Amino acid sequence: MKIIFYVFAIIGMTCSTYMSLFYAPTEKVMGDIQRIFYFHMGTVWVSSIAFILVFISSIMFLIKKNRKWDILAYSSAEIGVVFITLTIISGSIWAKPIWGTWWTWDPQLTTTFILWMLFIVYLILRSSSGNDQKKARYAAVYAIIAFLDLPLVYISARVMRGISPVVFGPGGGGIDPKMLYTMLVTFVGFSFLMALILIERIKIENLRYKMDIIKAENNN
Amino acid sequence: MKKVFLFLLKDIKNEYRTKELFSSMFTFALVIILIFNFSFNISRELLSYAVPSFMWICFTFAGLLGLSRSFGIEKENEAIKGVLLSPTSPVLIYISKFLSNFLFLFILELILLPLFIVFFNYDISGSILVLYSIIITGTIGFVSVGTLFSTMSVNTRLREVILPILLFPIIIPLLINSVRVTFVILNGQPLDKVWYSIKLIIAFDIMFLFTSAIVYGYVLEED
Repeated sequence: MKIIFYVFAIIGMTCSTYMSLFYAPTEKVMGDIQRIFYFHMGTVWVSSIAFILVFISSIMFLIKKNRKWDILAYSSAEIGVVFITLTIISGSIWAKPIWGTWWTWDPQLTTTFILWMLFIVYLILRSSSGNDQKKARYAAVYAIIAFLDLPLVYISARVMRGISPVVFGPGGGGIDPKMLYTMLVTFVGFSFLMALILIERIKIENLRYKMDIIKAENNN
Repeated sequence: MKKVFLFLLKDIKNEYRTKELFSSMFTFALVIILIFNFSFNISRELLSYAVPSFMWICFTFAGLLGLSRSFGIEKENEAIKGVLLSPTSPVLIYISKFLSNFLFLFILELILLPLFIVFFNYDISGSILVLYSIIITGTIGFVSVGTLFSTMSVNTRLREVILPILLFPIIIPLLINSVRVTFVILNGQPLDKVWYSIKLIIAFDIMFLFTSAIVYGYVLEED
């Protein structure tokens, strides 16, 4: 089962890299730097899914009190942190030549930044909450509050800056079909990559849990 | 309803007898005002832009002190066990804690606002009543999440340290809008300019009051 994910992730990522570097036509205004956008959108995609997964599994955990939901939330949060960091870094690299600055406080960037902070706080909260049960409960509560908060952050940031135009959107205006295909392949590739990491991460967590039980038995 | 009132009374009595929470919050707020006054030596025109943010920073920082203490006090001598053993639902405990936190912070804000005007030589052109009502609305939002997180933070290893990290990312939308609205009121501009922000603050209040009340039981559980 896992081998399928490995194969698809490798194929998907290779195709996505090849297509974004060679297959997709060069963007007229931005030039080659636009190619980083495929990677950028891929990481955005994964971190959004991770964030939604954390929210859903947190609610499920509070309802069902089943450990597996908590593990899913925790693993997704870790993946989310990694990919959102990549999002911010790749976005900055793209923004420097295009916007002439590494960072601006526009609504999208502000929201991404806050999302990144929320994920990190989530992990800090987990690491300092003591036993497993409490840790899981607190983290779930925080994840729910954080998820509800994010739309408000986005709207508020828009209100603060005056509603800014969409600077670049793949849907805005005509997009070259080759660009579209590249984007789709990137999404698929990244999705498999994420699934793969998630599976492995959950496995580690289960092993750790088993180890804790063995330790506890030996101590008695 | 009576239970909520009894819990609230307990907190007020506690505070009335010790006066430690309020005095430390007040002193801290004064220190913040002092620091702002010396670190931002700015012209009068800029001042009108800066004072709303100073005000809300001052309120939230002082409020943070109160929040972290409000459950710390229960944790000492394991007083929380008594609260948990009482025949109430978590929702009622949440409401009473929320009310007591809100009350203390609001009294503090009531006193601090004139001090801001005195120390910054500020002329308010708008109505004071409207200003207080927006301060109340903002404080409700702040305290609603704050009460939930303060309960969480006293049970973690990092204790008070983790409360600001938990709380501040969440209340950012609240702060952005409150500062905007406060600025407009202080400078006597028409309110319809920021009507959207006021609606956002109210949405924040309602959303997080309800969610916090619902999930409070999970935070309170002892194991």
